[in-house]
Formats: sequence, structure tokens, C-alpha cells
Amino acid sequence: MDFLNAIVAFANFVFVPGLAYGAQLAIGALGVTLIYGILRFSNFAHGDTMAFGTAITILVTTALTGMGITFGPLPTALLALPVGIGATILLLLGIDRGVYKFYRDQKASPVILVIVSMGVMFVMNGVVRFIIGVRDINFADGERFIITAREFRDMTGLEEGLAIKTTQAITVVVAFIVMALLFWFLNKTRTGKSMRAFSDNEDLALLSGINPDWVVKVTWMIVAALATTAGVLYGLDKSFKAFTYFQLLLPIFAAAIVGGLGNPLGAIAGGFVIAFSEVTITYAWKKVLGYLMPESLAPDGLVQLLSTDYKFAVSFAILIIVLLFKPTGLFKGQSV
Amino acid sequence: MSTTVKDTALFGLVAVLLIGTGLIQGWNSALLILNMGLISAIMALGVNLQWGFAGLFNIGVMGFVALGGLATVLVSSEPVPEAWQAGGLRIFAGLALGAATVVAAVMAQKQLKGRVKTIVTIVILVGGFFLYRAVFDPGKEAVEAINPAVSGNLGGLNLPILLSWPVGGLLAAGAAWIIGKTALGLRSDYLAIATLGIAEIIIAVMKNEDWLARGVKNVIGLDRPVPFEIDLQQDPVFVERAASVGLDPVLASTLYTKMAYAVLFTIVLLILLWLAQKALKSPWGRMMRAIRDNETAAEAMGKDVTARHLQIFILGSAICGIAGAMMTTLDGQLTPGTYQPLRFTFLIWVMVIVGGSGNNFGAVLGGMLIWWLWVQVEPLGLGLMNILSSGLADGSAMKDWMIESAAHMRLLTMGLVLLLVLRFSPRGLIPER
Repeated sequence: MDFLNAIVAFANFVFVPGLAYGAQLAIGALGVTLIYGILRFSNFAHGDTMAFGTAITILVTTALTGMGITFGPLPTALLALPVGIGATILLLLGIDRGVYKFYRDQKASPVILVIVSMGVMFVMNGVVRFIIGVRDINFADGERFIITAREFRDMTGLEEGLAIKTTQAITVVVAFIVMALLFWFLNKTRTGKSMRAFSDNEDLALLSGINPDWVVKVTWMIVAALATTAGVLYGLDKSFKAFTYFQLLLPIFAAAIVGGLGNPLGAIAGGFVIAFSEVTITYAWKKVLGYLMPESLAPDGLVQLLSTDYKFAVSFAILIIVLLFKPTGLFKGQSV
Repeated sequence: MSTTVKDTALFGLVAVLLIGTGLIQGWNSALLILNMGLISAIMALGVNLQWGFAGLFNIGVMGFVALGGLATVLVSSEPVPEAWQAGGLRIFAGLALGAATVVAAVMAQKQLKGRVKTIVTIVILVGGFFLYRAVFDPGKEAVEAINPAVSGNLGGLNLPILLSWPVGGLLAAGAAWIIGKTALGLRSDYLAIATLGIAEIIIAVMKNEDWLARGVKNVIGLDRPVPFEIDLQQDPVFVERAASVGLDPVLASTLYTKMAYAVLFTIVLLILLWLAQKALKSPWGRMMRAIRDNETAAEAMGKDVTARHLQIFILGSAICGIAGAMMTTLDGQLTPGTYQPLRFTFLIWVMVIVGGSGNNFGAVLGGMLIWWLWVQVEPLGLGLMNILSSGLADGSAMKDWMIESAAHMRLLTMGLVLLLVLRFSPRGLIPER
């Protein structure tokens, strides 16, 4: 019984939140990794791209609920998501035409593009603040929980409860669909294959008649969809605030690099590695250990390796350790 | 127009902007902008050393600035003897154990091979971590329990605060050495993200290790290298002198202290600028630029690229540390919560790019100009919105929204400035020569 309780406590406080957060990071890191693989620079504006897509989705959500349209037990934001994605696609294509294309045509070095993306980051950050302000916005509606801790306790008769939020379940399901779609696209469709060819060897791809403009456009469209989805899922799970999305950039980069920049599978693995290490290292294990150990040996302290304030520090410590031992990430990434 | 004339004209423009600010918004605001502009110029000088001279992409400026700020507390505040007695030794023993663990792990990595290496390293790291926590935690708790409302930390050395400026540089240099040792072998993107991460780690430590500098409870009332306004106002000689030039003593005292800071900052800036110019024109500077422009060729010529990179990374970071200590001295308080990467890393980068990377005068100009713009965008934007919305009825939602959004103009403007300069004048206002 105690063993079961320990497992439930672990699932409730570590596994479920880690899984949802990992899925959000993974979708975000997929966007970063695609830009790195195909456009060959680290996009610092990615966090603010997520914020922009989410801001538009929130506006549409408010309009929809205002008209009395909801999505039953599911959050209305999922209905608004396609509009958010569409707006982000238009924005990113516009930015590519107006800003990045110039440097691509010049064959500017990647680090210049990184600095350019810093400029785009500033502008987007400002635009998002113009659109929606700096308030904390909670836009999740519908059912809050699939199962609450109390229901679970009544159902199973265990001491520990297991609560699963609707947003957590949606995150994992949507993430799974998005990843499946992306891999199907990259491996099975003609455009996807040409994107991979372009990423592997640009010259060879151009020689074999792949249209680079089209590849770049499709990349931005996919990145817009991924960024908006990740942003909306994160916002539904926690809340929307322009600044937190900028901070998300850090763990997302960590995830992409740990997995190996430019490698989509690596981005997903990296997302979960970062999320689970953040949660496990900052979780107070007292409860779980208390169930597992005999009473006389039960720990006195919280058994927390690091205080939760060090969450960001953890993702970076992991990043640096991985870089030291495996400079190209867990899965071999692109090399420039 | 010769380049000297153009450069002088650009600095003249900054002077005109500051004088204009003084005439319109008052001399106190102008001096405030000047002082932070001088500090920003020093930070830009440090980043320019790394990026402009050597092509190192460091986006962890914030971390080094924060370390400089930490130095002011460690150097100038008074020690807390009770805290030292309660747990000072324990804390240092814990830290020493932590350091010994790292050294042992590195030694194991170097000496052993194969699977034994991995196992021994993991055992050392895990065992060392718990040993460190066992020694360190009680000490930390004991110290933080001492009078947490006013101290709760170990305090500092009670030395003059001016001494903290070089100490801030040393702290930042030490951190840069550790970072450089581990991260400089990485490719440019990875180095960038590693520095970004390490800056976040430094801030996280400063926010949470209360025994060190009170964390987010802040340290206020730091010493000052210049007289306090109140003392000046009570000094009959000063009051009389102020009256003789027709100034109110309160205004005169605030202007006097700000001027004193400005003089101090200008001296530091001029020294660093002179050193940076010397370095740029020396064989060392030429070697650095040669490495930046073609690493492979420089390596073939027998230059130790990694060692040279480490050298300049440490120097540039030290300058940022000095600037950080100066800024905290000017503020009179250490507030780790206010260190944001948008302000202390990315804005400094805008300064370097706009001023002209690779040119020390460019970095200084960029620092002063962009800082002026950063401060003035809000009032300018508000004025613009007031004019644009003047046709709308008072209290209308559109008008309120427009007035409110003026507050968000800053980031947008900075981004646009950066993008426009990169597009149309990629070498900056005063380009490298």
C-alpha cells in the first residue's frame, strides 16, 4: 500500500507536471531546431514569437466566448488556435521578407543573423505589449480537472491523491499529434524531404533543383505553427504574461542544444530531459521517501536537492554538462 | 567631411542632447542620464573588447554586471560578527568542500580511463554534493536566522566603497576564467547560450543565497564615495557658496553630488578608453583582429587561439564587472531582482552595434546615445501619443489605450534602431578603422 502511495505521489508531483512541461518545451525546441537546421541561426525571437501567437489566440478566444461560442469541456483557445497560427505565419513570412531575406541573399555569417534576431526579438516583445499589455492573463476555460485528488482517493482508497488537469492532458495529446504530423511531413512528403535535403547539404539540394525560397517559406510556416501551439499550451497550463515567454527562451534553447541543434528527435528528447531534471532536482522528495522507507529511517528535512528558485539554473547546468562531454548534443546535431 | 570631424560631431550631438535635456527637463535629469550613460559606455567598452576585437559572442553581460554589484556589498558593508560566529566558518568549510569536489572530479576525469572514470566521477560528484550540503546548510541557516530584518548575511569588509570597483572587476574576471575554461572551446552559438545561461545562474545565486548579500531582500544604504546631500545642506560653507551663484541649497547639493559622480565615472571611462586604444593599436590588438578575421590562418601562424580568446574574454568581463560595481555605488543599493537580460545584456549589445563594433570610441558613443534614447523614448512616446490622440474624446477607450501603450515604446524603438543600423549601416556610427 505504501509502495502504491509512493508511486501516486511521484506521479502527482513529478511525472504528470514534468510530462506536460516537457511536451511544451519539446514543441518550442522543435521550432528552434528547425530554424537552426534550415536557416542556420539560433533564433532569439522564438520566445516572443510564441508570445505573439498566444496573444492573438487569446484575443480570438475572448471574442469567441463573448459571442457565446465555447468548446464544451475543452478550452475555447483550441478553437482560436488556428487563427493564432495564421496570424503568426503572416507575421513571420513578413519578417522574413523584410528582414532576414536581405542577410540570406548576402550570405551573412550566422552570428550576424543571431544579432538580427535579437533586434526582431525587441520589436516583437514591444508589439506583443502593445497588443495585449503586460498583465497576467488566464484564458483557460472548460473543465479544470479530468480527475481531482479527492475523486482519485475516493475511487482507489489510497492515502495519496492524483490530480490531472485538463490542460496537462491536452498538452500531451496535442504534443503527440503535432510531433507525429511533423515527422510524417518531414519523412513522407516531397516538401518535407526537400527540407531535409536542404538542411543536410545546401549546395547539393540546390543542384538537384530544390527551390530554396519555398523551403524557407515552409520552414517559417511550420515554425509559426509550432511556436503558437507551444505558447498556447504553456499559457493554458500556467498563464499568459509577456515576460515569461521571453524567459522560456532559455530552457527551450537548453532543450534544443541538449538534444543536438538541428535534430528534431533530439529537440523532443531534450525537452523531456530538461523538464524532468528541473522537476526532479527541485522537488522535495520527503513525501515519496516517507512512504518507501521504514518509519525509523524517514527523512527529517524536505530532501530537496535544490530550492525551486534554481529551476532555470538547473536547465543550464545540464546544458553545460552535456556540452562539455558531448559538444554536439545527445543526438548528433548539425555542424556548421 | 573627414572622419575626425564626423566623430567629433557625433559626440557633439550627444552633448547637445544632454544639454537640451538639462534645459527642458532640469539639470538633475540630465546629470542622471549622463551618469548612467557613462556607466553604459564602460559596459559597451567591455563588450566591444570581446566582440569587436575578438569576435566572441558573449550574451552574459548581466551576470558580470551583477557580480560587480555584489562586490560593493562584500567590500563596503559592515561585517555582522554574530553571523560570523553562528555559521561563517561552516559556510566557508562547505564552500571549500564543494570546490574540492569539483577539483577531485576534474582530476578523476584526467587520470582515469574508460568505465572506471565515469563511475569514480559520479561517485565523487554525488558524494561531494551531499557532503557539501551537510556542512553548508546548517551554517547558511544559522547565518540567515541572525536578525533577518536588517542583516541575515555575513556582511562585508567595511572598506571604502571605491575599492569595490577593482574588486568587482576581479570577481567578474574570476567568473569569466571559469566560464572561459569550460565554454570557449565551443562554437559561437553554443558559447552565446552558455554565457546566457551562466548569467542566469549567477543571478539565481544572488537572489537566493541570503547569507551572501541578503538576496531579494536587497542591501540598501551602501556607502558613497561622494558627500551626502543632507550633509552638504547643513554645511554653512556650502550653503553660502550655493547662494552666491544663486542656487537653492537643496538643488545645489543634488547637482553637486551628481557632478562628483560624473567626474569619478569620467576618470574611470577615460582610463579604460586609453587602455583599450593602446591595446587596439598594439601588436596584441592586431593579433586579436587577425584571429577574429581568420581563425584557421592565425592558428597556422602558431597563435594559441583558445588562450588568446580566454585572455580577452576575461578582460572584457572584468570591465563589465567594474561598471556593475560603479552602477551599484551610484544607486546606493544592491537589488538583484532588477537585473534583467533585456536591460543589462541585450541593450548593451544594441549600444555596441549602433556605436560601431571594433571601435572603442564607437562603443562609448553608442553607450551614451542609446542610453539617452532609452530614457527619453517614454516621454517622447507619451508626447507623440498625446498629440496623435488629441482629436479623440477624453476617456475614450482608444485614447486610453494609446496613452497606455506609450509605456511599451521602449523595446520597440530599440529593436527598430538595431534593425535599421544593421541593415543600412552595419558597421555602426563610428566604424572600425
